[in-house]
Amino acid sequence: MKLIFEKGAPGQHLTLMPACDVPEAALSRPRTEPLELPHVSETELTRHYTALAKRVHGVNDGFYPLGSCTMKYNPKINEDMANLPGFAQIHPLQPEGTVQGCLEVLDASARLLGEITGMDAMTFQPAAGAHGEFTGLLLIKAYHTHRNDTARTKIIVPDSAHGTNPASAVMAGFTVVNIPSGPDGCVDVEALRQAVGADTAGLMLTNPNTVGIFDKNILEITKIVHDAGGLCYYDGANLNAVMGVVRPGDMGFDVIHLNLHKTFSTPHGGGGPGSGAVGCKKLLAPFLPGPVVAADGTGCHLVQPEHSIGRVKNFYGNFAVAVRALTYVLTLGREGIPEAAKNAVLNANYMMKLLSEKYTIAYAGPCMHEFVMCLQDLKDATGCSAMDIAKGLLDHGIHPPTMYFPLIVHEALMIEPTETESQETMDEVCGVFLHLWDVAHSAPQTLHDAPTRTPVRRLDEVGAARNPVLRYTPHD
Amino acid sequence: MGSYIPNTRAQQEAMLAALGVDRVEDLFAAVPREMLVDRLDLPEGLSELEVRRQVTAMAAKNKIYDTVLRGAGAYRHFIPSVVKSVVSREELVTAYTPYQAEISQGILQSIFEYQTMICALTGMEVSNASVYDGSTAAAEALAMCRERKRNTAYVSACADPQTIAVMRTYCFGSGMELEVIPERDGRTDLEALKTALGADAACVYIQQPNYYGNLEDARAIGEAVHAAGAKYIMGCNPIALAIMETPAACGADVAVGEAQPLGLDLAFGGPYLGYMAATKAMFRRLPGRIVGQTRDADGNVGYVLTLTAREQHIRREKASSNICSNQALCAFAAGVYLSAMGAEGLRQAAKLSMSKAHYLACELEKIGMPRIHAGEYFHEFVCKCEKPEAVLKALDENGILGGLPVEGGLLWCVTELVSRDELDRAVSIIKEVC
Repeated sequence: MKLIFEKGAPGQHLTLMPACDVPEAALSRPRTEPLELPHVSETELTRHYTALAKRVHGVNDGFYPLGSCTMKYNPKINEDMANLPGFAQIHPLQPEGTVQGCLEVLDASARLLGEITGMDAMTFQPAAGAHGEFTGLLLIKAYHTHRNDTARTKIIVPDSAHGTNPASAVMAGFTVVNIPSGPDGCVDVEALRQAVGADTAGLMLTNPNTVGIFDKNILEITKIVHDAGGLCYYDGANLNAVMGVVRPGDMGFDVIHLNLHKTFSTPHGGGGPGSGAVGCKKLLAPFLPGPVVAADGTGCHLVQPEHSIGRVKNFYGNFAVAVRALTYVLTLGREGIPEAAKNAVLNANYMMKLLSEKYTIAYAGPCMHEFVMCLQDLKDATGCSAMDIAKGLLDHGIHPPTMYFPLIVHEALMIEPTETESQETMDEVCGVFLHLWDVAHSAPQTLHDAPTRTPVRRLDEVGAARNPVLRYTPHD
Repeated sequence: MGSYIPNTRAQQEAMLAALGVDRVEDLFAAVPREMLVDRLDLPEGLSELEVRRQVTAMAAKNKIYDTVLRGAGAYRHFIPSVVKSVVSREELVTAYTPYQAEISQGILQSIFEYQTMICALTGMEVSNASVYDGSTAAAEALAMCRERKRNTAYVSACADPQTIAVMRTYCFGSGMELEVIPERDGRTDLEALKTALGADAACVYIQQPNYYGNLEDARAIGEAVHAAGAKYIMGCNPIALAIMETPAACGADVAVGEAQPLGLDLAFGGPYLGYMAATKAMFRRLPGRIVGQTRDADGNVGYVLTLTAREQHIRREKASSNICSNQALCAFAAGVYLSAMGAEGLRQAAKLSMSKAHYLACELEKIGMPRIHAGEYFHEFVCKCEKPEAVLKALDENGILGGLPVEGGLLWCVTELVSRDELDRAVSIIKEVC
């Protein structure tokens, strides 16, 4: 498909703005280079971007069981609410009295999400999960620094963790201590006991973990860290499994980030914008990025926490994402939140059961909201890898599961159906998975060649990295 | 209660039966009993209509101004209708990061086009797929320039205070030192900069136009920065770039900025869009996603996420940054906006904004509110104001959001959205109270 730069002709344009109605001003040192932007008519422009949209598979297009990404249905009322002019057209630096509705959204979101997670205070400044991790770790750092406990320089991370965990710890100035997982995929409690000490700043953990297992030793784990003087960070990537059922705050966690774009149904937008809201217990609240919202009898106010780490982003974060998440929480409410988690877990177990007919499940169930399959034996027997099965799914209109993660499982496929998929859809999809298992044995080349029905076939990633072409140049 | 669960109770029970368990709670056996939530203190769930009423009532408590004369990092520009129409396509809205390239070509190609447009605007050689916003782009840029023996970053006091605050927080994390170069008459003090830069200087960040709307002598600053062996980072308003010298022309090693003006709503501060571009010499240090062109098994052109060896999912604690998303839908919107505007439209928006700002400054001067700084400015300026509260209140009562109170006066901003009549009306209201 042509690029937008290759369409239209010089001189084509939209008619958008009136003539200048004041005397014209100009800079003494103007831009001298030409400005190479597209030159298209409105028809062409609309068709180009519509064609691009058609070359994307979203949740609205079909099943999307991308493990650890919680690709649940994105309710449409969320979009309507976020786009209300009373939110969309509000300048972030308007006087406080003119933005009471916005502040109420942030205040209500903090209270409701705080109740769901067992946290006392919350900031919406972080724009994504990784940004939330960074923020949460800085809270831990500021807490220890404030107590002059500056020898605490290490963050413990299990080897099953998402790559952002160690990367965020380094950005926050910590050294990472990796600890191995036990044979059940959970934290090796003895290894943890050995790892903690006077240099432990904290532990980062998801629970359920990245293999979809709820760590039953969680209270012991958080106690070991607390007894050593460290704090516990909850990576909220997997909260969808347990929201309303069990709270991170009650598991012993001190600080948490939420992926509002996963658990709380806001759309992913092809990679953003999301929101990585950070909640914390009282002991960390004075360190939160500011300003935060405080409500009293006179209304909502923006206040600076006493020992704030400062800003992590302009203004108040991805506000419009918070509007969507609030809309979702108000819709589901007290009964709907745990109901969603329970159905997410039920759906995952149902798929795991159907697929275990042929595929090897990496860790015995029951699982939480997701599970991991190990395709090493299939690869050994047929030469077809997790990648080949994934590409085979593409030809059936199914978005593949997360591939090759977590790193501790070979040839991993990680499946998370979410609660918004029907039994009928899952039955069909499992039928395709089982069919592909048969194809791997009967006609493996078919899978090596897949996909063949997508807009493009397998792409040369090695060549792309070796010889980077990162923008269009007319002479190429 | 509202619910998005498609399975009926009967279907759920059939699935439980297939699993051989009686109750869904049995699947949570690993959760210690004493930790189970008894009853959440949340309101009961609501129907869609009830939720709509409740959230709409919140929105109604905010004031929408007819005329906005305030910027300071968030700008209300004209957004062509085609932008919203295209960006609301559900395939794009509901997709994840394009890990499966074969069914994500639309997102990947749109990012490749966006990267090309950012390079065109800035004159830089390589752009990433975007980051969270202008302030985080600036903070990430500092980290790009850090060397073993160069650990101090310098930022102009004339940069957006929020950007400086975000840099400070990132440096608290990374351990990089941050020094502020003082201001002199609304611009970066070049002599102070030259004196400050030592052997440990990693980089210097300036904003162009700066927080007060003033144009910096960006070439001279760049020369001083390079003379000290440091890297030069410029944070530029993307609409101003249509008519202003590019960061590349000024010698910047890294160009960043807040791209909200390119077709994104004010939305009470977010989501916005941070652009990041660099010279070829620096591009492997760019954080975040980058899209590259390649070919598929049949030789057709296609696009993939590339240069991923820099990134956290491969490098973990050795990654250049923890960032693993971009603001894809915002970058998409910016791409559509720039395509709709074209070079001529963008120049027109820049010229209109600048000319109208100059008109307002001129009219305010006539009623005794002169600019407090000399020299050139783009679409923002600070003017003296004896009674800022009275002025802002009078404007507010007439549906006009006036300039932002800053040290020395009010920081005004005018964009192409504001007509001459609106400006004249604002000035006559101000005249009444002054």
